[in-house]
Amino acid sequence: MELNLSREDAAFRDELRAFIAENYPQEMRVPNPETDLTKEQSLLWHRILNRKGWIAPLWPKEYGGPGWSVTQRFIFEQETSRAGTLPPLAFSVTMVGPVIYTFGNDAQKKKYLPRILSGEDWWCQGYSEPGSGSDLASVRTKAVRDGDHYVVNGHKTWTTLAQHADWIFCLVRTDPSAKPQAGISFLLIDMKSPGVTVRPIITIDGSHEVNDVFLEDVRVPAENLIGEENTGWTYAKFLLGNERTSMAGIGRSTRHLARLKQIVRTEVGEGDPAFGEFIREIARVELDVLALEATELRIVAQMSRGIDPGPAASLFKIRGTEIFQRITDLTHQAIGNYGLAIREHPVTANRFMPGPDYGHTATEKYLNSRKLSIYGGSNEIQRNIIAKAVLGL
Amino acid sequence: MDIQLTEEQELLRSSIQRFLREQYDFDERRKIVSTDEGWSRRHWKAFAELGLCAAPFQESSGGLGGGSLATMIVMQEFGRNLVVEPYFETVVLAGGLIEEVASPEQREALLPRIMEGEAIWALAWAEGRSRYDFNNVTTTARRQGGSFVLSGSKAAVVGAPWADKLIVSARTSGGPHDRDGVSLFVVDSRSANLHLQSFKTIDGRRAAELTLMNVEVPAGQLLGREGEGVAALEACRERAIAALCAEAVGAMSVLNSATLEYSKTRKQFGVALGTFQVLQHRMVDMFIALEEAISLTQHLNLSLAAQEPNGSKLASGTKSKVGYAARFVAEQAVQLHGGMGMSDELNVGHYFKRISSINIQFGDPSYHLMRYAQQS
Repeated sequence: MELNLSREDAAFRDELRAFIAENYPQEMRVPNPETDLTKEQSLLWHRILNRKGWIAPLWPKEYGGPGWSVTQRFIFEQETSRAGTLPPLAFSVTMVGPVIYTFGNDAQKKKYLPRILSGEDWWCQGYSEPGSGSDLASVRTKAVRDGDHYVVNGHKTWTTLAQHADWIFCLVRTDPSAKPQAGISFLLIDMKSPGVTVRPIITIDGSHEVNDVFLEDVRVPAENLIGEENTGWTYAKFLLGNERTSMAGIGRSTRHLARLKQIVRTEVGEGDPAFGEFIREIARVELDVLALEATELRIVAQMSRGIDPGPAASLFKIRGTEIFQRITDLTHQAIGNYGLAIREHPVTANRFMPGPDYGHTATEKYLNSRKLSIYGGSNEIQRNIIAKAVLGL
Repeated sequence: MDIQLTEEQELLRSSIQRFLREQYDFDERRKIVSTDEGWSRRHWKAFAELGLCAAPFQESSGGLGGGSLATMIVMQEFGRNLVVEPYFETVVLAGGLIEEVASPEQREALLPRIMEGEAIWALAWAEGRSRYDFNNVTTTARRQGGSFVLSGSKAAVVGAPWADKLIVSARTSGGPHDRDGVSLFVVDSRSANLHLQSFKTIDGRRAAELTLMNVEVPAGQLLGREGEGVAALEACRERAIAALCAEAVGAMSVLNSATLEYSKTRKQFGVALGTFQVLQHRMVDMFIALEEAISLTQHLNLSLAAQEPNGSKLASGTKSKVGYAARFVAEQAVQLHGGMGMSDELNVGHYFKRISSINIQFGDPSYHLMRYAQQS
C-alpha cells in the first residue's frame, strides 16, 4: 500500500531507497540486530545517517533536523523499516533530544544536542522503578539539593541498554510532600558519576537488553536539571507522546510476516492437520496489518492537513504490538520441534543451533516480543487512555 | 489515502443526512417494514429526486459521475439509518452490471428508468446448493429461435418480491461447476412460468425463491457476452462488497455511539456502567474495530475508483476483516445493552440483524478470508 505521493515526495522516496541500499552496513545484517551487535556496530548506521543530515527527522532544522514535512518523515520511517534497518537509538534521538530542545536552556542545548546527533553520547531512560509498573508517577528515587548539586538516591529498573549508556535521563522526586505528579523533576545524570552501578537483568529470551541502575549518593550538578524543579512530569508526558508515534511497526510486521509465510511453505505440508489453521491465521494477521497500515496512512494524511491525530498513537501501540506478537507466535509454532531450541547469549557463531537458519531466532523473538504489550505504558493503560480521551469515560 | 471529500461529495452526504434525519427515523422505518409491501415507494421517489439513484453512474450514461465513492457515501448513510429500500440491489448490483456489460441499446433502455427511480431490480445468482460460488449454476438457458428458454431455480434473491426486473444467471453451456458457460439474462418479474415464493429476511426485508419452468426470454435480453457471466458477476461482487462494507461501517458507528451513550447513563450497583474498566476496554476494542473498518473500506473504494489491479483479492480481504469487525461490534453492542439489547423495540438488535445479513451476502467473513488466502 502506498501513499499518493507528489512528484517531490516520490523522488525523495527513491533517493532514500537508493541511499539505504548503498549505505546500510553489511556488518549490521545479523540474525537479531537488537541483541547480536556490539555498541560500536550498532552505531555504524547512526553515524552514516548523521553525516547525511538524516539522523533526527523529528528535530527542527535549527537543532540539526532535516526540516522534513509530516509526509517525508513518514516516508523515511516506512522506507527504513521496510528495508529492515536498525533504527537509531530512540532514547537519544526520539526521546531526550526533543525534551532538551523544547524545555532545556541554551547551555544544555549546546552541550548535549550535537553529541546526540553524532552518536558520541548514548542515552538511557531512568523512568521505571521496582514496583512502579505502568504507574510512573510513583517515582521514589530522591534528589535532595545540596549547594550546586543534587544528591540522588534510588533504584531504576528495566533500563534498556544501560550497559552502553553514557548518560541517563531520570525522573526524580524533589518534593516528597507534594502530590505524586507534582513533586517530580527531570534530571540528566552522567553514568560515570561515582555511585552509579549497572546490574544486568536477563530476560526470558536469554538476552541482556535491560538493567537495574542503582544510584547511591550520586552528586549531580544542579545545571543538569531540565526546566523547572517539580515540573518534570510535564516533560515526561511530552516524551511518552513521542515514544508511541512509531508503534504501528508496519514495516517490521510486514517483513516478519513474509518470513513466516516462507517458513510455513517449507515446514508445514498440506498433509499436516494444522496446515489449514496456519493458512487461515496468516491471512487474518495479514489483513490486520493491512487495516492498520490503511489506518496509519489515513492518520498521516490527516496530520499533513494539520489535523491533530489525538490518541491515535495509543491505537497504533495496541494493534501494532498485538499483531507483531501474533506473528512471532505463529513463526515459533511453524518451526515445529526446533521451537525447543534457543540461542545462548552472548551469541557467537561457534555454538551449535539445530534446524534451518531461518528458525534460529524464532524462539527468542516469540519470548522477547511479549514485552511489547507491557512497556511504554501497557496495552491496558493504552486502552484506559482511549477510554478517557476518545470515549469520554 | 484519507478521503477528503470534494464539495460535491460533501453536498451529497449532507443532503442524504438531512433527508434521513427528517423522514427516516427509526419509528418511520419500523412503520415501513411492517407494511404489506415492506418498503416505501414514496421514500424511493425522494431518493431518486435527491439524485441518489443516478449518483454513481458515468456522465456518459446520463449519471452524475460519482463512481464508487458516491456509492460509498450513500451506503454509509443508509447503514446509519437502516434504510430497507433496494438501493443496493437496484443501483449497485443491477445498475452496475448494466453499465459494465450491457449493449449500448440495453443501457439506453434500462439505465434511465433506474436513475429516475422508476424501476426496481434484483439479482438472482445464487442457487440452493451454490453457496457463494458463481460457477455453481444448474439453471439452464436453451436457445429456441429468437429466444432463450430458462429452467431451474434461484435461491434467496433479496428484493425479488419488490422487483420489476431480475437479472438471472443461467447456464448456456458447460457442466454444473464450469466457469465458462454461465450467462446473464434480464427477466421481467411478471414473465409467464416464473414463480416467486416470498419470505422475510433476518433484517426486515423481503426475498424470494425463484422457480423458472421454461421461461421464455427474448435473445435481446441476454446481458453481456454469452457464457461470460461469471466474470461479470465477479466484477459486480467487488462493487457489492465495497458498498456493503460502507453500509456496515455506517451501522457500526451508530452501534458504537449508542452503546457508549447507554454506558454513561445506565446505572448498576449505584454507578454508571461505563465506569467499569472491563466495559471501557470492550468499548475501546469496538472503537478500534470501527476505525480499522473505516480505513479498509476507504482503501477498497479508492482502489476501485482508481481501477487498481488486485481488486478482487482486496475486496475479499476487506469483506472478511470488516465482517469480523462488524460482527464483534454488533454482538458486543447487544451484550453491553444487557436485556434491552434483546428487545425488538430497541434499534440495537435491528442493526445487529442488518450486519448479520450483510455478512452473509456475497460470502461470509470466513469464506472471504480463505478466498483471500488462496490468492496470496
